[in-house]
Amino acid sequence: MSILGFLIPISLVLGGVGLLAFFWALKSRQFDDPKGDAERILSNAWDDHPKR
Amino acid sequence: MTSAPDIESRISACPACIAAPAAQDIARRGMASPDLMLSLPQVHCAACITDVETALLGVEGVRDARVNLTLKRVAVRAEGVTPDILVGVLGAIGVEAHELDPDQLQGTEADRQGRDYLMRIGVAGFAMMNIMLLSVAVWSGAGEATRDMFHWISAAIAFPTVIFAGQPFFASAYRALRGRRLGMDVPISLAILLASGMSLYETIHSGRHAYYDAAVMLIFFLLVGRYLDYRSRAAARSAAEELAALEVPRAFVWRDGAEVELPVADLRVGDHLHLRAGGRLAADGMIIEGRSEMDRSLLTGESLPVSVGPGAVLASGEVNLTGPLTVRLTAVGRDSSLHRMAQLVAAAESARTKYTTLAERATRAYTPLVHLLALSAFGGWLWASRDLRLALNIAASVLIITCPCALGLAVPAVVTAASGRLFRQGLLVKDGSALERLAEIDTVVFDKTGTLTTGLPEPADLEGLGEAAGGVALALAAGSSHPLSQALARALAARGTMPAALDDLREVSGCGVEARYRGRIVRLGRADWVGAEGEGTWLCLGEGRVHRVRYRDRLREGAAEAVVALQDLGLSVRLLSGDTVPAVAALAERLGIADWQAAARPEDKARILADLASGGHSALMVGDGLNDTIALAQAHVSISPASALDAARTASDIVLLGRSLAPVAQAVVTARNARARIKQNFVISIGYNLVAVPLALCGLATPLAAALAMSASSITVSLNSLRMK
Repeated sequence: MSILGFLIPISLVLGGVGLLAFFWALKSRQFDDPKGDAERILSNAWDDHPKR
Repeated sequence: MTSAPDIESRISACPACIAAPAAQDIARRGMASPDLMLSLPQVHCAACITDVETALLGVEGVRDARVNLTLKRVAVRAEGVTPDILVGVLGAIGVEAHELDPDQLQGTEADRQGRDYLMRIGVAGFAMMNIMLLSVAVWSGAGEATRDMFHWISAAIAFPTVIFAGQPFFASAYRALRGRRLGMDVPISLAILLASGMSLYETIHSGRHAYYDAAVMLIFFLLVGRYLDYRSRAAARSAAEELAALEVPRAFVWRDGAEVELPVADLRVGDHLHLRAGGRLAADGMIIEGRSEMDRSLLTGESLPVSVGPGAVLASGEVNLTGPLTVRLTAVGRDSSLHRMAQLVAAAESARTKYTTLAERATRAYTPLVHLLALSAFGGWLWASRDLRLALNIAASVLIITCPCALGLAVPAVVTAASGRLFRQGLLVKDGSALERLAEIDTVVFDKTGTLTTGLPEPADLEGLGEAAGGVALALAAGSSHPLSQALARALAARGTMPAALDDLREVSGCGVEARYRGRIVRLGRADWVGAEGEGTWLCLGEGRVHRVRYRDRLREGAAEAVVALQDLGLSVRLLSGDTVPAVAALAERLGIADWQAAARPEDKARILADLASGGHSALMVGDGLNDTIALAQAHVSISPASALDAARTASDIVLLGRSLAPVAQAVVTARNARARIKQNFVISIGYNLVAVPLALCGLATPLAAALAMSASSITVSLNSLRMK
């Protein structure tokens, strides 16, 4: 059962990383325009060296 | 906006017709942000986004431009650039754009609340999944020490989650209790707190049952419901704000010998206001110079323009059609007739009996029952077993299982789905309860001018005009920008008439058009000017030959279909107009409406709707003008077209975004479907409770059973709501 001592913290940490990623996406306003983002990847205009 | 091409868009997007809101906004105007917002009603694809952004970034002074396709807007950060330039640039690449007043759009505030909900949902979802993982292990028979450890880990995840993610419910429950009410959030908060507290107690005493998963899952599902509810209201609000922001109120006034452009709120009594042709008057006044014709259709419902000259008294909201006018203002801001009307509307709105939604009615019956059940379970078990811990445990599981998921999740899910469906059909629902009210109506009351008709008259009988006379009339009419002339020119051109060759064509302000045709003076215009007697527009072909041009209202697109469809739904359709008897009678006959009334003043309309309500009828009012606003506010539910005055749109529950009236009938059908779906959801959740509550009362509900019953009912109810689409 000692494997639980590794697996549970690992699963919590991985879940936490996912949660932090969601927070970051939320804070950087990535959910403001879901329809636009879906269309934007079809655009032919891209930038090889984006400013940010 | 000043260069709008046709009269209809001038009416909808005039610079100065919302005096009352403008006065309130003057305070906020001081801190205008440097950002410009443009509305782009037609963008829909990746190519549009790229085109718009490339074009805007090419303008000197523009630092950044970003299209938001969801809101169909572009935000521009720029210096020294006016919106007119950007609208022009976009117009050149074929993209329709309108200036938005950024002060009217409170986007950031609303965004923050939405993001707040999403963040809480994310935390609750994360906690729910992890605790579930551990709970499944416990349910499948984890041993003593392992179970305790899992319970402790669950507690460590659950408590911060409950404290953070449960805040909206706790805050609302606190408000309800402080107001001595039992809202839906009181049992929810009680269940969450009791479940968490009981679970902690069980964990400390290494008991077998812990409800962490149930508490967190409850928060998660209910937050999703709240978020859906919030989203549908926010979408409606932002679109309504956009409609208001489309009208940037400005006026041209003579001050110190120079003409200056001022916000409407800065107007003073005695100012000499310059009113251009096509402009809307922002305050009450008297004409001191100029002759013209005024369109009063939005105020009185009169479909034909009224000619005015010096000394004529004008009311705010009238549109100047032909010549420029100088108007001395007699009442501005709060004293203007527009503002007085707004006050009447506010009074009518507060007088409207507060409508209780299905969810509120259900909550009112449900909440005391839930508390009573839990309390009696607690008391009963305490008496029977003399075991406080067992009794509390059972009371908690009763509270968790009965928790009103259907009320918290099902109603917003159905309303969101139905509002989304209506939005795609071109109807903007401003208020969630409007859908329920729309499902209850048995009478539809239509306004005439601007609602069933476009407000633009068309010539009625051109057969009497010969080929030669028609040619003269076409050539004369084409030389004028007057809406009646343009309608005549369009109708004649559609008939295939060739214009006659005229010389010396000139427009006489407030009278008509005259020209020289084969040596004779020919005129098109007012009766006394042409040399005839009577009302309306006359054509004079010289040598005393005159011909009357009759007009009738042009039907709005989809009006006939909407009336027929509504009658097919079993609703009684009525016509209520401020226009003259012959005009209304003709339209009623054309559309097959038996019940009509003409020459109704605003108070008459409001009284008729009040009579309907006291007679036990629920009426839908469809109208667009100032004369309809009180009636709109008084009706059981109201719809106004997007071309309506701001006051009318504010007073109505649903705004018709497109030109066609046809969606009105579909909206009634959708609303009835939505109401049926909400009732189904109640039945589903009551069904679950009928099975689960007795189990919980008997003390047979394990945490697994509670979790299963709860999530199964939530998910069934959500899936049932999705069938709306």
